[in-house]
Amino acid sequence: MNFKKILPQLITLVVVILVFGFFSYNAQVNMENRGITFGYGFLSQESSFDVQFSLIEYDGSHSYFRAYLVGLLNTILVSVIGIIFATIIGVVVGIARLSSNYLIERTAAIYVEFFRNIPLLLQIFFWYFAALRALPLPEKAEPMFGVFFLTIKGFFIPAFIWNNLDIFIYSVIAAIIAIIFVRAYAKKKQENEGTQTPVLLISIGFLIILPLLSFLLGGVDASIEIPVIEQLSKTSFTYKGGLKLPPELISLALALSLYTATFIAECVRAGVQGVSKGQKEAAASIGLTPNQVLKLVVMPQALRIIIPPTTNQYLNLTKNSSLAAAIAYPDLVLVFAGTALMQTGRAIEIVSITMLTYLTLSITISIFMNWYNKKIAIKEK
Amino acid sequence: MNKLNFLSPNKNNLYTYLYSGIGLFSLSILIVFLNSFFSLDLTSFLPGTISFFLPLIIGFIGLHLIRIEYSGIKFLDTINKNINTNKFNALLSLLIIFAVIKSLPPLLSWFIIDANFTGDSKDACSGSGACWAYIKTWFNRFMYGMYPNAEQWRINLSFIALTFLGGVGFFASEKFKKYLTLYYVVVYPIIAFLFIFFFISGGPIFFDFSYGIIAAVISIVIGFFIPSKFKMYYFIIVPITIYILLKYAFFYEELIELGKIQAFEWVETGAWGGLSLTFIVSFFCLIFCFPVGLFLSLGRRSDLPIIKYISIGFIEFWRGVPLITVLFMSSVMFPMFLPEDMFIDKLVRVIIAISLFEAAYVAEVIRGGLQALPRGQYDAAKSLGMGYWKMHIFVILPQALKLVIPGIANTFLALVKDTPLIFVVGLLEIVGMLNLAKTNPEWLGFAMEGYVFASIVFFIICYAMSKYSYNLEQKYKTER
Repeated sequence: MNFKKILPQLITLVVVILVFGFFSYNAQVNMENRGITFGYGFLSQESSFDVQFSLIEYDGSHSYFRAYLVGLLNTILVSVIGIIFATIIGVVVGIARLSSNYLIERTAAIYVEFFRNIPLLLQIFFWYFAALRALPLPEKAEPMFGVFFLTIKGFFIPAFIWNNLDIFIYSVIAAIIAIIFVRAYAKKKQENEGTQTPVLLISIGFLIILPLLSFLLGGVDASIEIPVIEQLSKTSFTYKGGLKLPPELISLALALSLYTATFIAECVRAGVQGVSKGQKEAAASIGLTPNQVLKLVVMPQALRIIIPPTTNQYLNLTKNSSLAAAIAYPDLVLVFAGTALMQTGRAIEIVSITMLTYLTLSITISIFMNWYNKKIAIKEK
Repeated sequence: MNKLNFLSPNKNNLYTYLYSGIGLFSLSILIVFLNSFFSLDLTSFLPGTISFFLPLIIGFIGLHLIRIEYSGIKFLDTINKNINTNKFNALLSLLIIFAVIKSLPPLLSWFIIDANFTGDSKDACSGSGACWAYIKTWFNRFMYGMYPNAEQWRINLSFIALTFLGGVGFFASEKFKKYLTLYYVVVYPIIAFLFIFFFISGGPIFFDFSYGIIAAVISIVIGFFIPSKFKMYYFIIVPITIYILLKYAFFYEELIELGKIQAFEWVETGAWGGLSLTFIVSFFCLIFCFPVGLFLSLGRRSDLPIIKYISIGFIEFWRGVPLITVLFMSSVMFPMFLPEDMFIDKLVRVIIAISLFEAAYVAEVIRGGLQALPRGQYDAAKSLGMGYWKMHIFVILPQALKLVIPGIANTFLALVKDTPLIFVVGLLEIVGMLNLAKTNPEWLGFAMEGYVFASIVFFIICYAMSKYSYNLEQKYKTER
């Protein structure tokens, strides 16, 4: 009996160890032949390549580790933008699919069916090589609302110039903490005394007053810088000042959010449909207002169905952002697993770091989501 | 006679409301229609903003006037119920209708009216519309990649044969249904592999194997009509007979030597491409990832700790990394792991990488099916004295797999949509070929046409598959 249980495990273990041993033995031999020694020391060497778009200060004189950080931050940036827009579009479309209006329902359905049945890579190419290439040159661009310029070289938007930005950020954090306390207090008060506190009003008040105070007392100062057209050479123009979103970022974020939104829309639809009609009727019959029915009865139950698959979609979006490499958006894969790998030739180290990074991102998000799921799960006796 | 109250139309004076409402609504649509199709502006005498919003306002009032509950007119009630339930819905409906009318003329002119369908060079495309001549010229490349034009019938023939062999299941009579699983799981993949490997890649080794394939195919097809009594003997005797006949009786070798039949030209995998490569890659990945995923899912639910944790580690690893890094690994890192003199073909490496990647997803899908089975099924099987494998093969898996057919179909759909990524290792399927064609100096500037074409192709494939999987889901839902 015991033998029957141990044998298969032993065989599996031996096979796995043999495969790993075979691979690492070969790797050692191959690296010796090429005169490379395994190690991560190269990370501190000077990288001597440039990256087009980076959130932190970076040029060729920085280390490979810095290049890795640039790539990672760019990946996170496009993922966060994608997640925000995908959620907004997804929720709107998901609700539209439940609409009683035939035209709206059909439009949403066509959108979902269309965008989710076309490979993401194709969509990225479409936006980057076909759609955004049709935009005007900088000198011919029409301003939107006078300050936004959508051109073939990128999207130029006004930027804020801050003095003492840190104090402003602290004030916002303080406001958020205050709101959390007020909410907890209001909940306790309602449970004990049954009276309701206007939490929303107080929250808005905090969010306005504290940052305002930081302007008046903390010496925070903000001015808006509007992009202005500038001539580089006879035929080449660009915009100076403000913030430039490169076309790679725009097309990637656009494609990612439009593609992922279709899946999120289906999750939302399934979630809202999953709440039985009896729940709404029961809630209405005990005298809750329609708003309360939605907030206290429908949403908590729908969210329980919506959140796990939606998290999966967020994870997919983050992983799919690696397709950036196809249109030269400098994300982790392009900067690190592309350029840095070409320069150093350290395939094993770099690919393993890249994979581990994605693995860490995925596992962190899924651990957090499992915890959240447990927290909101129905507590059965 | 009741007083007219235009703020809240009701059933009294029904026709007054109805006619004025329909009139206004039609007028608004007419304005937009004329504006969009004939660029006539009926309301140009009004100031700009009002002229712009006039159709919307008129249409909104029109819809408001025909919003009469229980009017007794069936058609009107249907319209009201579907697009005109309240003010907000009426506004959205109008916006959608106007958007459709507005976007039709530019789309029509781009796709059809101003498009160029004929010609074989860039000069033929002078119109403002799409240049379909570009697609026509490059069609072979988009479908077959760099595969030599003269040899493309081999790909066509293989796909036709494989489709036919794949469809055998639909025509098999009741008697042979029980062999179908065996056929699809073991026989069909082997035939497909032989076909693609030896027929599409061709070369001198082709003949050694072609007899075997032809013999196997013919005998299997005939085999479905042979009484089961003789089946055992049949499957041993007939293939061998056909093989020997082909090899010696028809004197193929002599014919080749005489130059009457040419041996197929060897086409290396680097030249494969286009849509056919998409099919080949997805087909093989499907075949390989399914068994691997099945064992992984069983491993993950196993009581044996070492097997369980190895399975979990494997699954979570592949699910945690993006496919593009897996392909990077297969192209730059994997060769480092092999002995110096060992070389694995690029396409094979890619197929292995994608299969392992998808296997992790398939494993999770199958695990969902295994978990959905009630515990009683396991207990019942055990109480009959079944062992682990017997229990799974005869009781658990048939039920669990039936449950997860839609899930597996979805994974396969994702797989098809992931195949364009193989551009990372330099294999060019349809999207890769588009990018290549786009940079051809003689055909610059037709990116849009190419992407629209590829989108339509992928949409048709994926939409058909998703509808099919939905049908399967419905079918099995009713059976349970």
